[in-house]
Amino acid sequence: MRFALGDEHRQLARTLHDLLSSADVPSVARAWAGGEPEPGLTLYARLAEVGVAGLAVPERFGGLGAGPVELVVAFDELGHHPVPGPLVESVAVVPALLAGLPAGERWLPGLAGGEPATVALPPHTPFALDADVATVFAVVDGGVHLATAGRRHDSVDPARRLFEAEPGERLGDADAAFDLGVLCAAAQLLGLGRGLLDLACVHATARRQFGRPVGAFQAVKHELADVLVALELARPLVHGAAVTGTPADVSAARVAAAEAADRAARVALQVHGAVGYTREHDLGLWLTKVRALRSAWGTQSWHRARVLEEITAPASQITAPASR
Amino acid sequence: MDLDLDEDALAFRDEVRSWLAERVPAEPLPPMDTPEGAEQHRAWERVLAGARLSAVTWPREYGGREASLLEWVVFEEEYHAAGAPARVSANGIALLGSTLLAHGTAEQKERVLPRMARADDIWAQAWSEPEAGSDLAAVRSRASRVDGGWVLNGQKTWSSRAAVADRAFGLFRNDPEARRHRGLTYLMVDLRAEGVTVRPIPQLDGVPGFAEIFLDDVFVPDEDVIGEPGDGWRVAMSTASNERGLTLRSPGRFLAAARRLVGLWRERPDPALRDRVVDAWIGARAYHLYTLGTVSRLAEGGSLGVESSVNKVFWSELDIAVHETAIELLGTEGELAGDWLGGYLFSLAGPIYAGTNEIQRDVIAERLLGLPRGDR
Repeated sequence: MRFALGDEHRQLARTLHDLLSSADVPSVARAWAGGEPEPGLTLYARLAEVGVAGLAVPERFGGLGAGPVELVVAFDELGHHPVPGPLVESVAVVPALLAGLPAGERWLPGLAGGEPATVALPPHTPFALDADVATVFAVVDGGVHLATAGRRHDSVDPARRLFEAEPGERLGDADAAFDLGVLCAAAQLLGLGRGLLDLACVHATARRQFGRPVGAFQAVKHELADVLVALELARPLVHGAAVTGTPADVSAARVAAAEAADRAARVALQVHGAVGYTREHDLGLWLTKVRALRSAWGTQSWHRARVLEEITAPASQITAPASR
Repeated sequence: MDLDLDEDALAFRDEVRSWLAERVPAEPLPPMDTPEGAEQHRAWERVLAGARLSAVTWPREYGGREASLLEWVVFEEEYHAAGAPARVSANGIALLGSTLLAHGTAEQKERVLPRMARADDIWAQAWSEPEAGSDLAAVRSRASRVDGGWVLNGQKTWSSRAAVADRAFGLFRNDPEARRHRGLTYLMVDLRAEGVTVRPIPQLDGVPGFAEIFLDDVFVPDEDVIGEPGDGWRVAMSTASNERGLTLRSPGRFLAAARRLVGLWRERPDPALRDRVVDAWIGARAYHLYTLGTVSRLAEGGSLGVESSVNKVFWSELDIAVHETAIELLGTEGELAGDWLGGYLFSLAGPIYAGTNEIQRDVIAERLLGLPRGDR
């Protein structure tokens, strides 16, 4: 047993972190929210160049054929910098849906090359994210269908443009891609939480009141410490779910990651005070995405119910320790 | 990255599982901090030691079986799943044992560890004093140099196991002129020695889980100093990481409790408590996986440092959450004495011992998050 990221995983995270740190992601996200997708599409093309877009695409279609562990490492970093766009959809869910279908041949090489895709999976993911920029738009409704965009809805996250999906041509049966979306969204939440904690610590060190940095006060320190504890203990659940793929582990990871990210968002806002509550400040880019991802890909309540169902099943082995 | 046990670990797990199935006492033993309970727990430790299971990670020469930390995690899972007795030697093995293995002389290890593994000696910790709790570096109990050793004077308190223990370990001030963290010496003390008075203190559950220790000109020979005189703080902190971070509270303990909680939910499914049951299970799963990550890292040469504070805050709160939820599920029977209530009362101490959670949060904020030092 070796339950730790390998050098190749750390290298992937570092590559993404370096790329995104120099990409002014907050400005990209603001442009995306304002209806200017070009900087975001350019950024996605750069991510495709380093292999992100093709992570889950089989090698015969030009992708890397990587597994869930690589995906969660990447999504952690895509959340850390609040990259806009249909990432879970383009990088994980649509490739997983198409990989087993004849239509895969038609679309997957393009996806690996950086064409954005989106998908709606009612009932838990009823809206398709950013369908107006996606090359491939699918809906899973008793099978995988191509879709066209219906009515647009506003999200709490201005950088999430939500569309109703009208089903069209049927492509085939749907494989279980939903859990992969849940898992990647959980990893993205972890990264968002980490980004919020970073922002809060920087602010708490720089901002002075009563003649000292506000981060020197225990009331502030302890809130931030609790955020770190929550994130540190949610991460192994996300990694564990990437390894086992069981419904209980996937839902547990999502519940814990969303709670940790939510706590990070609340504490980061409180530490910033009024300035964090403004649109002008970048904090909201992370905070609103956390709120949105808490309801996308299943509610917390639904995921808790699924965990409970698994662990109370009469023949449940789920409470057994790690084993073959 | 995987969660698969290899053949050796699986074989070890099966051995431990069947060994425990045959030997775990059918009836719970009396509380280990009572005189009668202590002797029965001592006898149980000897049964464990007979199979080299009392300190599995220790070298064979001291009674262990050189198990890896992963195998220790596996052992603990099996131990708690089997409902085996509380470990009267836990403080000694987790704290002093680890310290001796890191800092003790060959003579000390040979003299102390095998007796600890067999519970020939039960060890108490002697850290806190009336004026030194969270602020442990404020200890005032004196160790004065005399020919061939040291003479101790002062008072220790909240000393776990001291009501029944044979010996104790802790920090004593050898140089009152030195600054706080300097001038402290790590010593082992015979609690039967002349000048020692132990006054048991009943805890919330009525059992004397800790005690005061009064020291009045107690002689300790040089051979019972661990590390160099004056270097006790550094030596003790290596123990503290173990206590908070890994070996004191294994994931097996919380997995077993969460599993029992799920069982209780099956009998009494109160929908209002659903989320808390699920979150308790998730917390135990998280701590298990977190620990597997830690042991993987340590196996590759990593070390356990400040992040042990993260651990301590998490497991102490998880323990309360699991037991509190169980008691809520019991409804109006929740106030009745029983296993869940006993576990609940015990869990309430978690955020206090092994360094209060307030101190841990300060450590996390300053040393992991890089926030400025401030007033305590």
